[in-house]
Amino acid sequence: MKLPQLLDSLFPDGHAITVSGQTITGTATTARGAVAVLGTTEGAAISHDIALTLAEGILDTIAQYPGRPLIFLVDTSGQALSRQQELLCLNGSLGHLAQCVDLARRQGHPSISLVTEQAVSGGYLSFGLMADRSYACTDAQVRVMDLKAMARVTKIAYERLAALAADSAIIAPGADNYCRMGAIDAIWEPPLAVSLEAALAEIAASKGMQDRRMAAGLARGGRQLAAGVAAAVLAAS
Amino acid sequence: MNAALPGAFTPAPSFFEATARQRVQQLLDAGSWREFLPPPTLASSPHLAALDMPGAFDDGVIIGAGLLGAKAVLVAAQEGRFMGGAVGEIHGAKIVGLLRRALAEKPAAVLLLVDSGGVRLHEANAGLIAVSEIMRAVLAARAARIAVLALIGGSCGAFGGMAIVCSLCSAVLMSEEGRLGLSGPEVIETVMGFEEFDARDRALVWRVTGGKHRYLMGDSADLVEDSSAAFRQGVLDCLGSQDTAPATLASLRATQKGLRARMTRFSSCRDGSEVWAGLGISAPQDVPLLERDALIGLKKGLPA
Repeated sequence: MKLPQLLDSLFPDGHAITVSGQTITGTATTARGAVAVLGTTEGAAISHDIALTLAEGILDTIAQYPGRPLIFLVDTSGQALSRQQELLCLNGSLGHLAQCVDLARRQGHPSISLVTEQAVSGGYLSFGLMADRSYACTDAQVRVMDLKAMARVTKIAYERLAALAADSAIIAPGADNYCRMGAIDAIWEPPLAVSLEAALAEIAASKGMQDRRMAAGLARGGRQLAAGVAAAVLAAS
Repeated sequence: MNAALPGAFTPAPSFFEATARQRVQQLLDAGSWREFLPPPTLASSPHLAALDMPGAFDDGVIIGAGLLGAKAVLVAAQEGRFMGGAVGEIHGAKIVGLLRRALAEKPAAVLLLVDSGGVRLHEANAGLIAVSEIMRAVLAARAARIAVLALIGGSCGAFGGMAIVCSLCSAVLMSEEGRLGLSGPEVIETVMGFEEFDARDRALVWRVTGGKHRYLMGDSADLVEDSSAAFRQGVLDCLGSQDTAPATLASLRATQKGLRARMTRFSSCRDGSEVWAGLGISAPQDVPLLERDALIGLKKGLPA
């Protein structure tokens, strides 16, 4: 789905959204009131500039509209790959963005991320995976690395990785795998507005800021060790 | 032949060359270390076993409690010699568990001895999600006013998702040998080409990602010598002066302004030496040769 169609499907009651380069900023109307909309499009590689623009949008929302929900539209191919970006500590700007999402949570702003096309590694870590709830559109790609590249880097035969991917959610790309592992809450089918309103209602009714992903991964069978290991650390003498 | 020659200079043990266990033992008060889930409490990674890869009972990270200067600390130390310190499912869950434990125990600090290339590709999805959980757990600890310090001085540096984790900590301490960056030079060279980043040019790699550069730019709060004793002193200094207040709207606004300003100011730079000249250092070519104390002095004398 192209971005204009996606926005109309998500926000049929209206939206005022600007796309500058690959960065999305604006507001929209939902059945549950106004929301801030921030994100990226066309597989943006997250740079200092994009991270800081998104961070500024979050900080402005916290300052001006207490409690307003944040909707993150995620379409990122990862982090910007350049020496100049690394020279100025790109991890620091992505970390700053992540801290802004976390501050919003602590200040009572519900947050939802929706992977519209693709979500990769650092680009996804910096804001999409920081949201209270993460969702993905049908056909959205979520990955660290595609299996062919992974085969090259790990020097494990592609056929071997592909065979393993068939019955394990651990390595293979795919939003459904991230769902089984607890990081993505659901895959959204059109009409997207219905899913968005249900998600906003669900967050409003839920309590606490705990990270629920380990428990979800265990319950859905995709990530069976993490929850037990973390619990064992808490209980260790 | 193993005995030291009489009168021979015995250097302090290198933090860079030490194992995770040696680092923890040397960092903490003698005899105070207590490891949680020590080998062989946990099974090694079934995801590595499924690929016929050797596993480790600690999955490449040791966690536990101890004292540093008689103050209670929780510690996670990544072992760069196992899978490059990369984060897999068990590895990540151990660090998350430790940070959650801090909420109940309220230690003086949680110390993360980071030595990692980032996500373990052999368990890619589990590793990425674990890094995200570590990020959330670091910020939850900081929101509870617990200092979380990242110590970077191992052979694998701090890259990928672990570099983002470091940037969320209350403070980062690096040695000159430490490296901190999101994408490793090899990744940038592979994707963007040799002209963009020559990963074999070690001096260049250090001028872009190394401890001196990160310290001069303020991304590392302190620069310490390559020894556990120096990192120990750095932690003590930090705990004495550290403001444990969590982020606020005002503090993140200030960070935002600073990051924007330096992005604009140094946007044309592609080498640390260009940035250092821009900072007002008159002989940037000498920076790589400076001793630690001289570099600290140099930074203190820079225009604000």
